[in-house]
Amino acid sequence: MTKRNLIDNISSKWMIVCLSFFLLLPVAIATGLVLKSEDLLSAHSLSDLIFSSDWSPSEGQFGFWPFILSSLWVTIIALIISMPLCLLAAIYLSQFAPKWVLEFMRPVIDILAGIPSVVYGVWGVLVVVPFVGETVAPFFNNESLGYSILAGALVLSVMSIPYILNMLLEVFRQVPIQLGEASLALGATKWETIKHVYVRKGATGILSAYGLGFSKALGETIAVMMVIGNVVQEPASVFDAGYPLPALIANNYGEMMSIPSYDSALMFGSLLLFVIILVINIVFRYLIYKSEEK
Amino acid sequence: MSNIITSTDINAALGNNAGNEVPIVNIRNLNVRSKSAHILKDINLIIPKNKITVLLGPSGCGKTTLLKCMNRLTDLYSELKLDGSIEIDGEDILSGKYDITQIRQKMGLVMQRPFPLPMSIYDNIAYGLKLKGVTNKAIIKEKVEKHLKEVALWDEVKDRLKTSAQRLSIGQQQRLCLARGLAVEPEIILADEPTSALDPISSRVIEEEFSNLKDDYTIILVTHILRQAKRLADFVVFMYYGEIVEYGPANEIFENPKTDILKEYLQVGH
Amino acid sequence: MTLRRKWEETFFRVLSAAVALIVVLVLAHIIYTIISKGFSALSWEILSQEPKGGFYMGGGGGILNAIAGSFYLAIGASLLAFVVSLPVALFINIYLIRYSRLLIGIRFFLDVLWGIPSIVYGAFAFTIMIYFGLRNSLGAGIVTVGALIAPIMIRAMDEVLKTIPIGLQEASYALGSTKTETAYKIFFKRALPGFATAVLLAFGRGIGDAASVLFTAGYTDHVPRNLSDPTATLPLSIYFQLGSPIEAVQQRAYAAAIILTIIVLVISITARVLNKGKNKKKFKTFIASKRKKAKA
Repeated sequence: MTKRNLIDNISSKWMIVCLSFFLLLPVAIATGLVLKSEDLLSAHSLSDLIFSSDWSPSEGQFGFWPFILSSLWVTIIALIISMPLCLLAAIYLSQFAPKWVLEFMRPVIDILAGIPSVVYGVWGVLVVVPFVGETVAPFFNNESLGYSILAGALVLSVMSIPYILNMLLEVFRQVPIQLGEASLALGATKWETIKHVYVRKGATGILSAYGLGFSKALGETIAVMMVIGNVVQEPASVFDAGYPLPALIANNYGEMMSIPSYDSALMFGSLLLFVIILVINIVFRYLIYKSEEK
Repeated sequence: MSNIITSTDINAALGNNAGNEVPIVNIRNLNVRSKSAHILKDINLIIPKNKITVLLGPSGCGKTTLLKCMNRLTDLYSELKLDGSIEIDGEDILSGKYDITQIRQKMGLVMQRPFPLPMSIYDNIAYGLKLKGVTNKAIIKEKVEKHLKEVALWDEVKDRLKTSAQRLSIGQQQRLCLARGLAVEPEIILADEPTSALDPISSRVIEEEFSNLKDDYTIILVTHILRQAKRLADFVVFMYYGEIVEYGPANEIFENPKTDILKEYLQVGH
Repeated sequence: MTLRRKWEETFFRVLSAAVALIVVLVLAHIIYTIISKGFSALSWEILSQEPKGGFYMGGGGGILNAIAGSFYLAIGASLLAFVVSLPVALFINIYLIRYSRLLIGIRFFLDVLWGIPSIVYGAFAFTIMIYFGLRNSLGAGIVTVGALIAPIMIRAMDEVLKTIPIGLQEASYALGSTKTETAYKIFFKRALPGFATAVLLAFGRGIGDAASVLFTAGYTDHVPRNLSDPTATLPLSIYFQLGSPIEAVQQRAYAAAIILTIIVLVISITARVLNKGKNKKKFKTFIASKRKKAKA
């Protein structure tokens, strides 16, 4: 074998090693988290862990329901706020706005998508928390410090805007312009064309953008943790403090070795998050792939 | 190009050769410019009613742009600047005085490739009717059937009207798009190389339908296929690099070309 | 057109424009808040010194520990990610180019991997560290963040490599090159400007991530001297100091936030500028021609 062929051989092997590493990474993560959670899973039933609200680690009670509920509340409200905003903004930028506006906005959106979540968190603490505590809550006759589900949801919705908006712009870009022309030629107005043709043609893509936005928001940690209050309770209103899963994991890793089964519980929390987000990602990525294939 | 055709020339041509044709489209001094190019130069053109007028010429000569000007789909391309006038039934559609959605409903558009709307076969036809304000379901149903029959598609799809139009074959899709355009009851059919994506059999079906439709509609057909032009055209507009080079009745143009460019084009065939 | 249709058209045109404007304003407000709060808190002392005694009670010193730590961490993670991402990106574009289904599968998989939140990476890395008895350290942080940003880097590189026409590969083989030589000599050079963008993007992600370093890199008042030292990072420095009730400490959080924001902005803008060259145009026309072919 010549030296060149030897190099070629080694290099190809190294490429395969690297690729295998990534292919195995999620498997390794899942296995690692399952193994660590086993301690907890052997002592409690899965439904107990998920649906019980009794969270007293020092007594060995691990009910994740308050955290799951907080996560769902904050993520769903965030999406409810950002979904229509993103859709309308995407419609304006891709359909109504002059070209230069879109050309200008694309990099701006990209750059905003890259701003670290902790920075959104700082903005949340400085602006959103006082806004909720001093303006919104009193308006509804509610006494809130501002550190609440609503504050978390507002910060999260703003964070998810660049991410979702980017995907929606791509969805509309992929609708062939002739399809719009066909509708206009039949006498439809621009808005009717958007409503009946663009939104319908892009329905799968729009749904996927929302789905991926949801999974992204669900895993968001630090910004939400900074504004949501982190109180273990089943939130009863949007002005209550919450304690989403990622915040639970991030806040308590320090003492997880000092309380029995606590480490196992936190890893179970991570496993829950991992599985949910993985499933959502697979489903919606697949939908995107299918719709592009057509 | 030296011989720019004026409207007087055209009137003369019409008067001499075609009897008393009623013009339905009257284009005067139309210029279309983009930032970098002068796409259409001083277009003057009269298109007679209930005839097939073929816009002929090599690709890139501005035929499609001219077609898109007539129902102002050029609005979608913000870089295009139009001046001059295009009168349809005596109304200048470039003046901005008229409601463009109504003007567009006077014209049915058939494109190079079929673009069925993302809805069922039935709704593709009903879409334009609903835009026109037709709400009576029985009327819509009746018209869907009528126009699908008009393009000889009814028998093929009558059992699956509620299925997605995207599942039809490409030839069927193109006929559906034609029916969709007819459903708004236009006066004019704008067809932009409607057979270029089709197999020979579907192409023949579309061509036959055009011949049948010309009793009721004015058809403006863009094509670069010389044989197709010969088969279908009553009038021919020969375009080259954004200008009209020759215009006249089909037999005149094909048998007695005046300019060298057209002579060469007729010989080479593209 | 009926009045209702006209009204509906105008209504949505105005509404969507207003929403787009609101979105821009909110996002601009974030930048404004960070800059206006942070600018007054910035000083040379903050940039150039490690925390001194009583720092977290409002004492003297700066956040050099976090600035340096973040750079070490992000540079290390980007290098590590580059070393493993480059072979993967080249492999799928050269060795797997003919297996289109496999290629689609791998791209799909990498996109999914991208979606896994950083807190999960952090938690997983932490269990591994406990298993092997490792302490929080710069090294552990680098590995974790490296794994987190690698999928982004691979996909970004992949998008660049995708645009290289297959003819170039054939030409290279025709001259007798091996696949490795084709990969590293031809493809690598051709895609270099795009790769710089990919690395910068990943670097920006790495330097801003908090959740994964929380578990793995620890926190310290000193600039780390080697890979086994724990290290502070800007995101965590912001997070910890903002939680303090003392005004002077909060001020430093704002200073750290503006520094982090500026770093990230500079990186994304540089990446944009690099990307703006010929590469993008070629890419677009190539995609367009490919779509046409696929349809025909």
